[in-house]
Amino acid sequence: MAWAVLWGASTTAPAKALPAEAPAVSPAPENGNDGALVLLAMLQREGRLLDFLQEDLTGFSDEQVGAAARVVHEGCRQLIRKYVPLSPVVSQGEGSAITVPAGFDAQRFRLTGNVSGSAPYQGTLKHHGWQTPKPALPPLPKGMDVKVLAPAEIELP
Amino acid sequence: MSAKHAVGIDLGTTHSAVSYLALDAEEGRGPRQAVLPIPQLTAPGTVESKLLLPSFLYLPTADEFSPDALTLPWKSSASVIAGELARTHGAKVPGRCISSAKSWLCHPTADRRSGLLPPLAPEDVPKLSPVDASTRLVDHLRRAYEKSFGGKLFDQHVVLTVPASFDASARALTVEAAGKAGLEKVTLLEEPQAALYAWLEASGDGFRKHLKAGDVILVVDVGGGTSDFSLISVGETAGNLELERLAVGDHILLGGDNMDLALAYTLAEKLKAQDKVLDTWQIAALTHACRAAKEKLFEDPSLSKVPVTIAGRGSSLLASTVKTELTREELTALLTDGFFPVVQVTEQPQAPRGSGLRQMGLPYAADAAVTRHLAAFLSRQARSLKAEGGKGKSFLHPTSVLFNGGVFKAQVLRERVLSVLNTWLKVDGGERVAELPGADLELAVARGAAYYAWVKQGHGIRIRGGTARAYYVGVESAMPAVPGFAPKVKALCVAPFGMEEGSTADVPPQEFGVVVGEQTQFRFFSSSTRRDDKTGDLLEDASALDGLEELPPIETTLPEGKGKMAGVIPVQLQAAVTELGMLELRCLEKAGKGRWMLELNVRSKE
Repeated sequence: MAWAVLWGASTTAPAKALPAEAPAVSPAPENGNDGALVLLAMLQREGRLLDFLQEDLTGFSDEQVGAAARVVHEGCRQLIRKYVPLSPVVSQGEGSAITVPAGFDAQRFRLTGNVSGSAPYQGTLKHHGWQTPKPALPPLPKGMDVKVLAPAEIELP
Repeated sequence: MSAKHAVGIDLGTTHSAVSYLALDAEEGRGPRQAVLPIPQLTAPGTVESKLLLPSFLYLPTADEFSPDALTLPWKSSASVIAGELARTHGAKVPGRCISSAKSWLCHPTADRRSGLLPPLAPEDVPKLSPVDASTRLVDHLRRAYEKSFGGKLFDQHVVLTVPASFDASARALTVEAAGKAGLEKVTLLEEPQAALYAWLEASGDGFRKHLKAGDVILVVDVGGGTSDFSLISVGETAGNLELERLAVGDHILLGGDNMDLALAYTLAEKLKAQDKVLDTWQIAALTHACRAAKEKLFEDPSLSKVPVTIAGRGSSLLASTVKTELTREELTALLTDGFFPVVQVTEQPQAPRGSGLRQMGLPYAADAAVTRHLAAFLSRQARSLKAEGGKGKSFLHPTSVLFNGGVFKAQVLRERVLSVLNTWLKVDGGERVAELPGADLELAVARGAAYYAWVKQGHGIRIRGGTARAYYVGVESAMPAVPGFAPKVKALCVAPFGMEEGSTADVPPQEFGVVVGEQTQFRFFSSSTRRDDKTGDLLEDASALDGLEELPPIETTLPEGKGKMAGVIPVQLQAAVTELGMLELRCLEKAGKGRWMLELNVRSKE
């Protein structure tokens, strides 16, 4: 359940979440967190996320940080949109009043503040949450060492 | 096995796609038309299915990737990678990446069966011919179909699209490439017609609201690498609307990729002014970023500029990222006014610069103005289509426009083409044109091709057309040699304009001699405007005639057989258009039963 590391304990197994039209190669047996490592490699490939996180921001101007952030934002955003399209858990606007019903799903609603008594609860929505109802991640790469997140690039003259 | 699908294959210059529908379907699919997801490598070890297969090939070295990393859902040799990975990795290793193989198929002078691609490959790269490169792409599409549906694609009714501007030899080579990929009996369809078929299928009966007898539809198809125009007339017989393809334009190597490059080069110059020089890899990334910025600006008219950031190649992102922006003024100046300028209908595209020595490459259009090419096309056709409404007009007046190609996702560009056309029409005393609404710009060609494969079974409305060119062989005049003067060549019409599928044309009186056992060559000409020439017409001085274009020569070798007389055998020429839409030229022995095919020569003009 590798994606669970990043996306909350999902109820769907990743193998089943693949798009039906991609029978493709049979996924390699998954070891521990292989899927998470592959996602990191994808975020680096498309959005240079690891380069960004590994950099010491001290000494760079906000202008420079901003320019780099655009590169990361553009690439990672496209990747998220494509493979783990997001929607809010609760569709109403943040700041509005909300009723949490009796027997609510504790994974989908997190109560904060003065938590006492029993459901239904009346409160204010602070964060609408995120979910990815239809993750469409590609199958795990076959025959690759997933611990290599980005290859060294050598340009030949 | 019997056929179950009508399958359409769009073998595009930059992207390819496959669409299908059940052959026994009662009616067309309407706006929801099935497109086949194509499994392809998107990164080493990762196979994903996408509706488009980028028409790129990459020729890896033996040790560049681990063999496992290149595994596809079907058995394949790892020697060639097709699709997304070929495109993205190929941008970093240009010497091993093949792009635009299709444009090489209609190269006027290159030997399209010899290993030419990639053009700048290092010595040790096993080069592919344009035909073989196309074969590899068709083969990938075939396997994707067979993986999804089982059975053989060969057994299905397959339609493969070609640009309307492809001449007979480029069409023959396309069929040859498909045959080598296991599809020996494909039918060809011109891309602008396919786009119209897709529109007809999507509109259902609603198309009658937009078309009436007497209309002339102009299809403007600007793809990733080429621009293609066609005119299709709407007629009526016994209350039923009939469509006929009237004319096709020249092959123009000018498309959306040129537009993205134009933006990238401009921004690169802007960065250079700030002392930031980009390397080739960054230019590729910049082109990609420009495409995204362009789409944002076109989508949201309220934006005045979009930031464009390019990362350096090293791991230090902050120190190496350069930032610039694409402004709306630049976009308008470069794309809208650069590629679709407001011009007069009398303007002619700039002719290619003739230079003595040129590196072997593709003959890209010298003039980037699509509207100027369009003006030349419509003016030329007015002269040739006098009976079909061209009479007394300075250019042929279309009544509707169907757009095709991803470029036209930008409403601004569609509006520009319409407004330029309407200005010309107003000056010339014509009615305004209307846009045929709801075109699917990127997948229409594959979808329309599949629909046509189904229509051929006797459903729906069909576009009549026949050959879009007339073909001629050159006959040298018998005259004494004069030093410094090449003998004048007469052109004998062997296949008239508009020959229908399954018809033949005998060339009556002329007699040719073919030397047994030796190669005999004929000079070969074509015209997309001379629609009144009949089979057997002899035109004086072919090289000086307007609208006549010389093609690579055609040739034949009569085998030296037993019982055959040595020397010269008198023959007659016969042209035929096969049921699959291919032009064939044959020699018929006058005094016997011998028949020989004339090969459309694909080698260079001497």
